Amino acid sequence: MSVSEAEFKELESVVIRFAGDSGDGMQTIGEQFTDSSAFAGNDISTLPDFPAEIRAPAGTLPGVSGFQIQFGSKEILTPGDAPDALVAMNPAALKTNLADLTPGGLLLMNTAAFTKANLEMAGYTINPLEDQALELEYDVIKIDINQFTLDALAEIEELKSKDKLRCKNFFALGFMYWVYDRSLKPTVDFLNNKWGKRLPHIAEANIKVLKAGYFFGETTETSRNRYRIERAEVEPGQYRKISGNEAIVYGLMVAAEKCQRRLLYSGYPITPASSILETISRQKNFGVKTVQAEDEIAAIGVAIGASFAGNLGVTGTSGPGMCLKSEFIGLAVITELPLIICNIQRGGPSTGLPTKTEQGDLLQCMFGRNSDSPIPIIAASTPSDCFDAAIEAARIAVQYSTPVILLSDLYLANGSEPWKIPAVADIPEFTVPFRTEIPADGFNVYERDPQTLSRRQAIPGQPGLEHRIGGLEKDPRGGVSYDPTNHEQMTRLRDAKVQGIANSLPPLKVNGDATGKLLVLGWGGTYGSITSAVNEMRHEGYSVSNVHLRHINPLPNDLGPILKNFEHVLIPELNLGQLSLLIRAKYLVDAIGFNKVQGKPFTVLDIKNKISEILS
Amino acid sequence: MSTAEAEPKLTKKDFVTKNDVRWCPGCGDYAILNALQRTLPEIGVPRENFTIVSGIGCSSRFPYYMETYGFHTIHGRAPAVATGIKTANPELSVWMITGDGDGLSIGGNHLLHILRRNPNINILLFNNRIYGLTKGQYSPTSEIGKVTKSTPMGSIDQPVNPMGFALTAGATFIARTVDNNVKHMVETFKAAHAHQGVSFVEIFQNCVIFNDKAFDNVYGKEHRDDQVLYLEEGKPLIFGKERNKGIRLNSLSPEVVTLGADGVDESDLLVHETTRPRPTYAQFLANMTYPYQPTPIGIFYRAEKPTYEHLLADQIKAAQTQQGPGDLQKLLQGTNYWQA
Repeated sequence: MSVSEAEFKELESVVIRFAGDSGDGMQTIGEQFTDSSAFAGNDISTLPDFPAEIRAPAGTLPGVSGFQIQFGSKEILTPGDAPDALVAMNPAALKTNLADLTPGGLLLMNTAAFTKANLEMAGYTINPLEDQALELEYDVIKIDINQFTLDALAEIEELKSKDKLRCKNFFALGFMYWVYDRSLKPTVDFLNNKWGKRLPHIAEANIKVLKAGYFFGETTETSRNRYRIERAEVEPGQYRKISGNEAIVYGLMVAAEKCQRRLLYSGYPITPASSILETISRQKNFGVKTVQAEDEIAAIGVAIGASFAGNLGVTGTSGPGMCLKSEFIGLAVITELPLIICNIQRGGPSTGLPTKTEQGDLLQCMFGRNSDSPIPIIAASTPSDCFDAAIEAARIAVQYSTPVILLSDLYLANGSEPWKIPAVADIPEFTVPFRTEIPADGFNVYERDPQTLSRRQAIPGQPGLEHRIGGLEKDPRGGVSYDPTNHEQMTRLRDAKVQGIANSLPPLKVNGDATGKLLVLGWGGTYGSITSAVNEMRHEGYSVSNVHLRHINPLPNDLGPILKNFEHVLIPELNLGQLSLLIRAKYLVDAIGFNKVQGKPFTVLDIKNKISEILS
Repeated sequence: MSTAEAEPKLTKKDFVTKNDVRWCPGCGDYAILNALQRTLPEIGVPRENFTIVSGIGCSSRFPYYMETYGFHTIHGRAPAVATGIKTANPELSVWMITGDGDGLSIGGNHLLHILRRNPNINILLFNNRIYGLTKGQYSPTSEIGKVTKSTPMGSIDQPVNPMGFALTAGATFIARTVDNNVKHMVETFKAAHAHQGVSFVEIFQNCVIFNDKAFDNVYGKEHRDDQVLYLEEGKPLIFGKERNKGIRLNSLSPEVVTLGADGVDESDLLVHETTRPRPTYAQFLANMTYPYQPTPIGIFYRAEKPTYEHLLADQIKAAQTQQGPGDLQKLLQGTNYWQA
């Protein structure tokens, strides 16, 4: 049979998962497949999934690292529920991922890795390569990737066999490029850029193996179906791929420009927030200052000090770090200093599931301090939305002289999607000048803007405005006060200030009809699954709409009326019902919780099943 | 009179706030406050450029009594806030006030790290060897066997040596002074300010309520001649009412000798030098404690090292030279973008 266009099958979207040992380079080829798909004009969404251990023993189940991508010609909002194709580089990868593979899905196995030892480590008593049941259920492709890799590199003398085998991930990638009709060019360019100058033989070896994988398909799998995914219809413009943590960094940098303050980011390494510190520390030519502090507590302390001195102080962490920072957050609340605390959530409590996603910190952020200690909470909903969310967090911090918590999660932090690059010039400014003059009736440290109730900062270096702030309760003039009525007044003012932020928020967007049987209310990283599920259910004729919250504290003024327009409210969360608790308490609505705490995002099917359960 | 363009010279009263000072009558903190209020007008820094940062404890109320910018933070964490302030604005003269509990117990980690980073910040640690604000529990500098409210049978904790701690952490200026000698405090504070880098000053401070006379056997009138060793640059280590006692090195330990006895003369004694290349000598001083040796008072050690804020500024300058000033639009665009 000859290769012809007729063999291509058109698909709207495809989900692929690459799985192998944590040292097998699955993240690398996943990223490459993503880039190539982006260049091919598809919409994409990705989800890396790697173990907490850097290099768990090779061949073991805990050592499996995976990368999932959904790409399509339609709008893609999630990395996909179940893979249509699985690349299993060893038995452990097969064992941990096979259950997710769609029946009839493509299953590529590297036969060389199915050794007795590896099979034992993965807990197989029967070699899956010889398992007829597997062949019946899936579209199985068995390739001795190791041997083909070595053959392709036979002429490269600079590399030993062991080093040659490190290229084997590119064979799998090349083969998948052939199956899904991707161009090799973006990956060839990537390899040349990465290695070409320093170690050209490494670039050459990887390119050879990549091509070997592709040509293997072309020459030996000629009867196989290939798939083609057309370009997605998107708004015209310039696009790039962006992950959630990158988007936070860029958002913070643009925000600093838009409020005319210097950015100081202070962090302590913690998964999955570390890449914010790493990425931002590479931006020193922008004048950005970064500090890697000695611990989580110091990290926020440095940021608070910087804000006191007139910078835009930012810190970032995850759940365990939030626990440590809570006393300092209280200090920022009572001193009313602008500050951004990025909390990239992961599974908890305690160390919990450091490399798995969860939305378990909402109530901690709301209430996790002593006394009444209100703080605005912003939640990002997609990787690229982290950019807008970071700017919004900064706007509130500066305009309302308050610490703000920016909630993201591991799923958004590590996931990526195409992003229409905004024009920096079009992003509104939100400057609040520092005090430079002594008011005629004297300087009151806690004098408030009548609109926002914020206090206007005077920063060290300004003559005549010397003053003291601190953790002790103050009277409006800035003096230490133990007066009972003053404390109540200040407590109420701090609360009113935060609640008043609701007046600055745009109207909520309801996806679907404004009234109906069911409203699905979500926040944070569940946006993609919820919106996809609601769109599909609406398509199937169900009366369902959804609202996704960017602001959780304060809740938007129009949320109450919207909730009343629906017979039922469903709140899916990756926790045991934290937003539910807030919504039920505030609106006395009998919201139905839908809760999952498996370290994994909701699938679209999870949400669809729940919706149909309620509506039937 | 008020039209003069020239800045009026600052005086002590420019640094006094209207707030009532609420330390206990007789507290050593009053003398330290007095000494700092006398120091700051004399070091050529405009008042608005002073920022005083503290943690929690009796000593940490200090910023409220100084007419400068001030930040009373949380327990043990002043080093972090001070580092943030200095990093954000290196022009400021930042003074950090802490105590033995604040700095060496709850904030021990932060103190270690601010000292090793070497920002140009002056740290004053008021050591009264007791928790005062919580009403009398033993502190990390309390002596072993100390009976307090929380140690009715005596403390079983080995005390920490603040000077040894600061040296080991890599502090570049280390001094000790005492709350009953304002002149010495002022001199020490001025020297701390003059030092470019982190300055650590331990101040023996008497808590009149919970640990009264804690230092009397060292600096009390009856004992100080024999128990205090005032350090003077370039001078041999001599002390005693008769100025006839000295410190010489015996093998690897300092020992007390009497001048004139057994043929000992001044040339046998250790000579005080604060800028020795290694802190070994300063460690000798740090380990000299009552009742075995006289207690050294003065500057122990000085070293010149680049400051944290300057190293950071240098990196920013280097990045701008190498990559040019940042262009946000280009940053957002990145290198892998496409047109749709």
